Amino acid sequence: MTLRTAKGGRIDRTRAISFTFDGQRCQGFAGDTLASALLANGVHLVNRSFKYHRPRGIVSAGAEEPNALVTVIRDAARHTPNLRATQVELYDGLVAESQHRWPSLKFDVGAVTSLLSPFIPAGFYNKTFMWPRSAWKALYEPPIRKAAGLGIAPKLPDPDRYAQQFVHCDVLVVGAGPAGLAAALEAAAAGARVILCDEQQELGGSLLAERDASVEGQPVATWLESAVKTLGANPRVRLLPRTTAFGYFPHNHIGLCERITDHLASPGSQQPRERMWQVRAREVVLTTGAIERPLIFPGNDRPGVMLAGAGRTYANRYGTKVGERAVIVAGSDAAYAAALDLAAAGVTIVAIADVRTGNDGPAASAARAAGLPISTGNTVLGTTGKLHVSGIRLGRVASDGTVVPSVTHACDVVLMSGGYTPSVHLHSQSRGKLAWDDAFGGFVPAAAAERTRSAGNCRGVSGLAATLGDGAAAGAAAATAAGFAATGRTYAAQTLDADIRGTPGALAQPATPVPPAKAFVDFQNDVTTRDIALAQREGFESIEHIKRYTTTGMATDQGKTSGLNALAMVAASSDRRIPDVGLTTYRMPYTPVTFGSFAGVARGDQFDPVRKTPSHEWAVARGGVFEDVGLWKRTRFFPVGGENMHAAVDRECLAVRNSVGMFDASTLGKIEVVGKDAAEFLNRFYVNNWSSLAPGRARYGILLRDDGFVYDDGVIGRLAADRFHVTTTTGGAARVFGMMEDYLQTEWTDLSVWITSTTEQWAVVAVQGPKARDVLAKLVTGIDLSPAALPHMAIANGEICGVPLMLFRVSFSGELGFEVNVPADYGTMVWEAIHAAGQEFGITPYGTEAMHVLRAEKGYIIVGQDTDGTMTPDDAGVAWAIGKTKPDFIGKRGLTRPALTAPGRKQLVGLETIDPKVVLEEGAQVVDAPNRPIPFPMIGYVTSSYRSAALGRSIAMAAVANGRARMGETIWVAMPGGDIPVKVVSPVFYDPQGARINV
Amino acid sequence: MSDPKRQPPRIESRAWLAPLPAATRFIFRGGAAAAQAASRAFGVELPATACRANVAGARAALWLGPDEQLLIAPEGDATAARAALAAALESIPHSIVDISHRQVAFEVKGPDAEWLLQAGCPLDLDASQFPVGMCTRTVYLKAEITLWRTGADTFRLEIWRSFAEYVVGMLEESALELTA
Repeated sequence: MTLRTAKGGRIDRTRAISFTFDGQRCQGFAGDTLASALLANGVHLVNRSFKYHRPRGIVSAGAEEPNALVTVIRDAARHTPNLRATQVELYDGLVAESQHRWPSLKFDVGAVTSLLSPFIPAGFYNKTFMWPRSAWKALYEPPIRKAAGLGIAPKLPDPDRYAQQFVHCDVLVVGAGPAGLAAALEAAAAGARVILCDEQQELGGSLLAERDASVEGQPVATWLESAVKTLGANPRVRLLPRTTAFGYFPHNHIGLCERITDHLASPGSQQPRERMWQVRAREVVLTTGAIERPLIFPGNDRPGVMLAGAGRTYANRYGTKVGERAVIVAGSDAAYAAALDLAAAGVTIVAIADVRTGNDGPAASAARAAGLPISTGNTVLGTTGKLHVSGIRLGRVASDGTVVPSVTHACDVVLMSGGYTPSVHLHSQSRGKLAWDDAFGGFVPAAAAERTRSAGNCRGVSGLAATLGDGAAAGAAAATAAGFAATGRTYAAQTLDADIRGTPGALAQPATPVPPAKAFVDFQNDVTTRDIALAQREGFESIEHIKRYTTTGMATDQGKTSGLNALAMVAASSDRRIPDVGLTTYRMPYTPVTFGSFAGVARGDQFDPVRKTPSHEWAVARGGVFEDVGLWKRTRFFPVGGENMHAAVDRECLAVRNSVGMFDASTLGKIEVVGKDAAEFLNRFYVNNWSSLAPGRARYGILLRDDGFVYDDGVIGRLAADRFHVTTTTGGAARVFGMMEDYLQTEWTDLSVWITSTTEQWAVVAVQGPKARDVLAKLVTGIDLSPAALPHMAIANGEICGVPLMLFRVSFSGELGFEVNVPADYGTMVWEAIHAAGQEFGITPYGTEAMHVLRAEKGYIIVGQDTDGTMTPDDAGVAWAIGKTKPDFIGKRGLTRPALTAPGRKQLVGLETIDPKVVLEEGAQVVDAPNRPIPFPMIGYVTSSYRSAALGRSIAMAAVANGRARMGETIWVAMPGGDIPVKVVSPVFYDPQGARINV
Repeated sequence: MSDPKRQPPRIESRAWLAPLPAATRFIFRGGAAAAQAASRAFGVELPATACRANVAGARAALWLGPDEQLLIAPEGDATAARAALAAALESIPHSIVDISHRQVAFEVKGPDAEWLLQAGCPLDLDASQFPVGMCTRTVYLKAEITLWRTGADTFRLEIWRSFAEYVVGMLEESALELTA
């Protein structure tokens, strides 16, 4: 670590840390970032550029870093690409690799691209590879993707945990620099609930890089420590370091990503790696600071050419000299502050080349007083060096604008400052307006769209005392707006207070530069001054078009360092003012966020709730095969002795037809409708007539939408004059309940009726088959099960196994059937009791697949399978359910629409394949003539198709135009292997007289 | 009076998360007159204030909506409570539905209770905004719950039974880092 300063900085020099970069073992100190440790080891070269594979070095010391993207590797699965080395905290054993180089950083094969670079200007890909179109996928794209691209994502599942937290506060302060700290102190003192977050590991922002400033008469480090302590001791304040506010969403909803373990050498296995905070803030204070701009000159991308403020941060905060011999290129007074601090750190200042014509700010005066070599009226003609800068060629700009070469300096680092750009990203994301501040030379926040305000550098306020005071005022304003009393305060501060303003755009160059060299505007996307000029020559005027054509600002850094420079260049060459050129949109995230933190805890088995029925564990123990129905797990079939699904379903179906089967029907939606107008409510809601239904009886109900199409169905039982038990489809439960509540609250407030969901109150066991009564007779008390006392569609209350029973005599199989409803806690016990009692009859548990076959054999529809949202009751063959004398019901008018009564509508019919062994594909198209050339009109489609063991053949249902008029006709089901002839039949395949149900 | 035949979801008890005993639960729906009569019959004043719960002895009434209350009583009170309510409300329009088994209850307790719940509940649970005695239907991640703050560090969660395993699993996931 040859380049450490003798002392100082916020690193802990007693705690050495070893790490590897590209396999090289290096040493750093606790408190270092990967970037500061690499620089201390003299490593600037960290990357190859995106398009030209040029060697690139560390440019910045923060989130804006365009070049130093690295992959940090913990193990095969923990392998994070595209991290900014300036933000990676060092830990013992850290393994980092450079990206985008092959076979090694110093010898990069792709750099030959650089030789071809005159042939790959902006828009090159668009122009060249678009023709012939087919060649793009096959020929051009694969090698381009391989050569370009950023780091490589790991292939293994992410083993880390990710947490999430919802949090509310009165005042959220984003950025813990001087303005943010002052704002948080003010709001907290007023009693507000405050959150202060900052992307860095330490709170303090720019204060962390101050050399000998003071605040309120205290050294800045002392003041900072006590400010953080004050905030930390307040239970209403939450301090969140290592936390990036990445997105600003409507209604002051802000997304924060907290990095919890990435800086730890050995994170605890139970610790989440990151936490996504979803903040809902009454008021927001944005104190996001400002980002220094590079200067644009030929060779400005050579490793060792850095931002001046970064050089200062590395010296003051990290005790790291970025070089031994520095040339400072000043487009802003901020460069002088860097020069002074580097000189204090022991760096030789070879020259301060100011690109402006004069300067008399405090920083320049201090530098002059310190005897540093200053000249004005400069420009930079180029840099020398291969993998690292070795010199800089300066030029002079004459008063007429002509440029002549002047002097060449040997150096090992070039520090540049083009002035600072306020970080208005979050304000802009919140739809706040931006305004051009002529005095500052940048866009600053204007009218806010949210309850938010900006303070400090991010709104163009600079100088330490002014920034602190501005923060305090914003914190007080936010607290006041949130209902607390606060007034703000002023601060006394002593510091150099260099003017951070500058002039964006490219430095002046000779008319015909020799040799020609690239001057980079956007480092990460390799966009040069020539690309911007070319875009304008080709007629692009809008900055949005120039951005897309050149890709400037479109890299992962979103142009944090390049945006304003590109704008200024476009403005200069089109003779417009910068604000007249416009501004591109800031989008979230501010810096990249992992997919893991968005996914949070919703992964694997816990991605969604898994709803289980009372028979679930029983079914699992017996090898039941499950299917997902909405969020429910339902047993699809119960294979025995290695059966496949077909064999199991055949066996289950035959058991129901010949003896008895049992089925868990608990998932059906259930709604209890209570009140003196309950029958009237159902009359209006369902198509059927409910007034005529006697208590103790049940009826099959159909629900339509306003447009007359079938929406849901289910059996509804009248428990008492004023009480109905409504069942819905499993998937329709929530929406039918919502629709009922909607009508009750908004349309039919005249009705005295209320609804309550009872879906989960009841466990339901369907016992179906000729022996169903015999099984239940062993268990049920208090109910006469005889056909006379309890006919089909009757309801009775009693007990089963000593617990309350609501028994429905209903059938979805066409056999004698009962549905046993018991309070859900008893579901498992009753399920097992029925299974035991049924043993002597060979009772067979069956799943949803057999249930589907059984109902299809009877022609019973399933809403959503045999109907598709465009079927009327008549289309579905259930028009008989409509109460013809009712004045109104939902969908009644809809049904009278001409299209719904026109001839030729598709109607549900049965299909029998001529070959009984052929099972049709559900969804297959139906045509009325075989083997005709395509295109050929379809007349319908298959909705349900099964193998029927009871019938010994295949059966199917289909929606066919004029279907019921085609009974007996042969039509065809179009399939890739040839059209299949089928006969149109009644959809009731089994027991058409319905004799079996009434026994 | 616990019923040995009842088999609610099997979920492990932790110091901070405990399944609460089976209970009698009714959803009461009706107007102000019905609420008044029900208050007398049930022995708990049905809250007229939104999102507030009242407790009297072992019984509680939770405001869920302008015409909807959740009544909770010990498991053994079912028959008597039902009969008393039916008698008092005979001539007043209302609805009472037994949902004792529809949902199960858990208690989340301890200094980190609020934190654990905020991992999945988007409401502001700070005591200044969600004081003791406040209750509401809300969500815990992807499941609906009824949340009731019964003490400074104690919350009661009423969860539809098939969602309980999910909610408890997610609470345990969030609690992992506290035990780390």
